[in-house]
Amino acid sequence: METNQFAAAEELPKAKSRVKEFIKKFMKRRTAVVAFVFIVFMIVMALAAPYIVPYDASQADYSNILSGPGKAHIWGTDEYGRDIFSRLMVGSRTSLFSALTATIIGTIGGVLLGLVAGFFGGLLDSLIMRFCDVMFAFPDILLAIAVVAIIGPGMINVMIAVAVFTVPSFARITRSATLAVKQELYIEVARSLGCRNGRLLFVHVLPGTIPSMIVNFTMRIGTAILAASSLSFLGFGANVTEPDWGAMLSQGRNYLNTAPHIVLFPGILILLTVLAFNLLGDGLRDTLDPKMN
Amino acid sequence: MAETLLEVKNLRTEFKRDKSWVTAVNNVSFTINRGEVLGLVGESGCGKSVTSLSVMRLLDPRNSRISEGQVQINGKDLLRQNKKAMCKIRGHEIAMIFQEPMNSLNPCMRIERQLTEAVLLHSKVSKEEASRRAYDVLKAVGIPEPKMTLKSYPHQLSGGMCQRVMIAMAMSCEPELLIADEPTTALDVTIQAQILELMESIREQKNTGILMITHDLGVVAEMCHRVVVMYAGRIVEEKPVKELFECPQHPYTQGLIESVPKLGSNMTSLPSIPGSVPDLAVMPKGCKFAPRCRYAMDICREQEPELEATDHTGTRRCRCHLLHTGRQEVNQHE
Amino acid sequence: MGRYCAKRLLSTIPLLLVISFLIFMFIHLIPGDPARLVAGKEATKADVEVVREQLGLDRPLLTQYGEYMKGLVTGDLGLSIRNGKTVADTILPRLGPTILLTVSSAMWAIMIGIAIGVLAAVFHGKAPDYLGMVIAIVGISVPGFWLGLQLIQLFSVSLGWLPTAGLDNWQSYVLPSLTMGSGVMAIMARFTRSSMLETMRADYVRTARAKGLIESLVVMRHGFKNSLIEIVTVAGLQIGGLLSGSVMVETVFSIPGLGRLLVDSINMRDYKVVQALLLFFALEYILINLIVDLLYGVINPKVRYD
Repeated sequence: METNQFAAAEELPKAKSRVKEFIKKFMKRRTAVVAFVFIVFMIVMALAAPYIVPYDASQADYSNILSGPGKAHIWGTDEYGRDIFSRLMVGSRTSLFSALTATIIGTIGGVLLGLVAGFFGGLLDSLIMRFCDVMFAFPDILLAIAVVAIIGPGMINVMIAVAVFTVPSFARITRSATLAVKQELYIEVARSLGCRNGRLLFVHVLPGTIPSMIVNFTMRIGTAILAASSLSFLGFGANVTEPDWGAMLSQGRNYLNTAPHIVLFPGILILLTVLAFNLLGDGLRDTLDPKMN
Repeated sequence: MAETLLEVKNLRTEFKRDKSWVTAVNNVSFTINRGEVLGLVGESGCGKSVTSLSVMRLLDPRNSRISEGQVQINGKDLLRQNKKAMCKIRGHEIAMIFQEPMNSLNPCMRIERQLTEAVLLHSKVSKEEASRRAYDVLKAVGIPEPKMTLKSYPHQLSGGMCQRVMIAMAMSCEPELLIADEPTTALDVTIQAQILELMESIREQKNTGILMITHDLGVVAEMCHRVVVMYAGRIVEEKPVKELFECPQHPYTQGLIESVPKLGSNMTSLPSIPGSVPDLAVMPKGCKFAPRCRYAMDICREQEPELEATDHTGTRRCRCHLLHTGRQEVNQHE
Repeated sequence: MGRYCAKRLLSTIPLLLVISFLIFMFIHLIPGDPARLVAGKEATKADVEVVREQLGLDRPLLTQYGEYMKGLVTGDLGLSIRNGKTVADTILPRLGPTILLTVSSAMWAIMIGIAIGVLAAVFHGKAPDYLGMVIAIVGISVPGFWLGLQLIQLFSVSLGWLPTAGLDNWQSYVLPSLTMGSGVMAIMARFTRSSMLETMRADYVRTARAKGLIESLVVMRHGFKNSLIEIVTVAGLQIGGLLSGSVMVETVFSIPGLGRLLVDSINMRDYKVVQALLLFFALEYILINLIVDLLYGVINPKVRYD
């Protein structure tokens, strides 16, 4: 038997695209897919809202105040006669995008800190981790309130507050993922081929940390929406005239007896949106988890 | 002298994979006699562990099922017993030890508690009596300081000690059959020898039957009286141990034996069986070993050979078309 | 274990120092002149100086810090701008309601959450699992303040079964603690489930079955008991965070507790009170985390016997 001793006895199966594999697996989880569709719908709504909603979000109609859901106003009107559905859809711009922006900023900050801490180790690592410990010494909402207490109210400040409490959790997760990836053989290989630290960090280590980050990112958006609307509800957020979900709920509180729909619909919308992000996050986690296959 | 202890007939176990059923153990039959060690040999994924878990009915019913077969012990068919009856049988008539002894003991429970739990399950004795028995059985397996070990947690013991504890726990209720699933694979070589010695002495003293599941032919040579070789969920050969090593008939068995390097031989390269074990869901037509077999003929790729007895005693079987061709190379090896 | 405990205790001390320093710096981090902000837009320069003296901002930074630290130790936290009483007198009467509320929420949330989690794990893939997880995921997605309002609307306004606000009798605790505990209940359910699923996959659970132990005992004695270590840890951490969740609940239910005091004080720029409250919440959270970590060292045999 003089055949090539190293040849495999049969052909190796072709390596399929990893992304395609991922999408195929993901599509099997129906709840996650539904959640994803809902989120896409909400984002489209947020972008297109001012142009497609039936009523002008700030237009008062004093002949029609506090009317319940009906044919003219599918979700009713508020105390100024403004259409709640339109306001909520337009408000999604503020609520969704502020949460998204805040989370993205917090993520970038946290990831950078985590990468640096995990990759370089030593004093830098200790400093960064101590800094995170200090941030972790405050529960989420409290940290946000403290930040807002310092820099004052307003939507941008709410975003800053949310970004701030997002940073430490990402730093921690990225750091563990970095530590794990750092030990993988392919990093040694790259280094032995002459890769310098910077390139090593971003081209090789970072991609390895992405799976654990995606899930966390998705869930944090949900947390951010809740936190932002909570802060708005407490009066620290948006101006009350702007259509913001939390602020609308806060206003509606006064009419709980007479017009409960003012509180009901914003709340349901927040619930559904956050639920969608959480379901998506769960679905992503299950799809990425090697144990579940 | 050969008294039948366990008789497995036509066992078939299937796993659920993506909404369809895949067969992991296909038509497996064998017998174990009292005081005898039967080796169950094969590569990872050949179905030997699944066979033993099927006998003990320890598989997860949510994604597996035993669709056919009988498992007879002491006049009972284990596959027809209800949950309560199986619980009585497990640990008492049949006991099992596993591959990773450190992980197989509860890390948050003292050794004493884990041992007495086993004893109290199967005998109506007091807690003190159970503790005494735990002490005795630890001593019997050669643990140097039984009192201290009783009070310890698993993470405080070495791998070898843990496996001794597992054996003690298994033997504490005097089972008639001991199933050992790769008991020495995770241990150092010197400890391996000690554990095997321990098992041999238990077998001698208590006349326990042992089902020794392993992929290590050294263990087989040392411990087993008879050997069953499995491939892709099927039995491909069964022989008394000496004959298996001296004149293996099935090409797979030959390949296995050839791949173990022997001291003093003049080999310059390590032979290995090319290819890999087929995926259970995508099995080739005909003989499952044909794609890797150096003697494969056309009939091998078309029709799966039957497991046939090669003598009258029923203890020698082989599943190969070569039996019918009279080719001499098959029955010899270097 | 001694080493583990010592390490944990030691690492807490610098943390406490840093936190107390940061909270001290709180006033100084505010953009603009805090004295002016407190005095208000119409205040004259003289009024602002009075406020500055009251807040102690006219003295050098180091002296301020010294006074602050001295005050922490002696319990003199300054005066509340709003009502002139000492900060301690302002905070203490509101401590009771908040703690009672937190404890009552924690108790039901943790027990029910764990129960749901265990059932979901044991009946993995079947109806109790799906039901439990739906409840849990809705629980972590629902905005607390909205849940509170809806509960008020349903049970107080429409059905009239329970009071709307205040804390006069035991009934008035029901809705607020339901609201406050919902998030914790959901998190405990999800965590317990995943912990149990992990534990039930372990080799030693298979050994327990191989010994002939009946399934319910396998689940409880080997599965649940082993998961309990982690579950208790997470429960402890949740309790720590729960206290600050009082902010939302007290606002919705008009409960005179610490959470509402915080919000009011921020709006009124009563900075001394805000500082004291932030310090209190942070301290309690750090302390509970420390206790949980120490407890973990005691219950986990791997740490205890090292």
